[in-house]
Amino acid sequence: MVSVTQMRRAWPIVLPPLVVRITHWLNALAIFVMIGSGWRIYNWEPLFGFTFPVWMTFGGWPEVSQHWHNEEGLAGALQWHFAAMWLLVANLLIYIGYGLTSGHFRRTLMPIGPREIMRDLRAALGGSLVHNVGERNAVQKALYIGVITVIVLTVLSGLSIWKPVQFQELTAVFGGYDAARYVHFFCMAAIVLFVVVHVTLTALVPKVLPPMITGRSRRWR
Amino acid sequence: MSPMRKTDRRGFLKGGLSLGALSLLTGCDLTDNEPAQRLLWNMSWWNDRAQGWLFNPNRLAPTYPESAVDRVFRYNAFYPEDQAPVLDPVTYRLELSGAIGDKRAWTVDRLYQLPQTSQITRHVCVEGWSRIGKWSGCPLRIFLERVGADLTKKYVGFICADGYYTSIDMPSALHPQTIMAFSFADQVLPRKFGYPMKIRIPTKLGFKNPKFVVALSVTDDYPGGFWEDYGYNWFSGS
Repeated sequence: MVSVTQMRRAWPIVLPPLVVRITHWLNALAIFVMIGSGWRIYNWEPLFGFTFPVWMTFGGWPEVSQHWHNEEGLAGALQWHFAAMWLLVANLLIYIGYGLTSGHFRRTLMPIGPREIMRDLRAALGGSLVHNVGERNAVQKALYIGVITVIVLTVLSGLSIWKPVQFQELTAVFGGYDAARYVHFFCMAAIVLFVVVHVTLTALVPKVLPPMITGRSRRWR
Repeated sequence: MSPMRKTDRRGFLKGGLSLGALSLLTGCDLTDNEPAQRLLWNMSWWNDRAQGWLFNPNRLAPTYPESAVDRVFRYNAFYPEDQAPVLDPVTYRLELSGAIGDKRAWTVDRLYQLPQTSQITRHVCVEGWSRIGKWSGCPLRIFLERVGADLTKKYVGFICADGYYTSIDMPSALHPQTIMAFSFADQVLPRKFGYPMKIRIPTKLGFKNPKFVVALSVTDDYPGGFWEDYGYNWFSGS
């Protein structure tokens, strides 16, 4: 049986190439605007018994919105949402296209299987998981594959809310217009959860942050 | 839609007007000076174009069985229900203007004699909620053809008795499910839902479905709309 450390050494270190770094930060911006404006849109017709505090949302202060839009901030939020969606989707297509054709996904997200995930999850919870720049353990891989899938699902459920006539087959896949709104909401919640974990782990292991900006790492040099 | 929930809407209308007047007086147009606002308006214009391309004139909105109809349909406007206009069927006229051959005004009687069709479709509000309802009336296409409208024009504009106004693209106006609705849930269109006539467009969001329509125009000059002029996306297709 090969030990975890030995297996790790066998994997090449992959530092984020320029395309990945650019799409990562543009994606962060797009997701930030989409979620902020989405919360404001949610507030107009809440699915659950709560609303998001206005200061956490995109759409303008209610007083300012009254000047621009004659209401307290739905139009502004919709404008932000339907502007940032183009950035989100264009960026996502470039990232996924690059990941599939360049071998980036294969190098960084594969191999992966339930056994590796369980092993690394146990190691992480036991505090014995080694984390080095340019390496991803199975739990990370599962999270990245998961969040990419969820973002794609968010886009698809969003499309079925935006165009329940033109894309009615897609809307039907999500169980109809009203159900698609819930799917869209839960996808958002999953992304928020991911961002919380992602940012927390980056704060705990700050050495992984500079390579995502510069593409370099001291160890790699 | 009713975006101003907690506050007096008419007060805001007045407030909006006085703010507009103030910006005229000071010669300071905030819209032009605000880059973010300009970007957002340009993106909304781009979204109009994109939705025009996405719109398939032969694509029908899903229809539903009678059993799916929401029994209590949601009222929605920029004023409370008891302030909805009361139109007298004797004095009511639908005025026509623009690129239309026969501009004679229409009475309720003449309108209600037009060929009619029924639909059970989903009304989707820009706020997020949706309701399924049953509307009957004359396909707008039949009406436009009958009055000799120039169908090559870009826009059909509507003016309503409550001060509301909106406009749609010609392809949406000619869509088979776009109707001049005279009845709702097999009853004469109730006052709160736009008696005597509303435009029902299941391929567009609710605020693009004007009620109490008293004037219709066919034109190439962008007529805008009540909420559209406040920054809501003009095409707002479903």
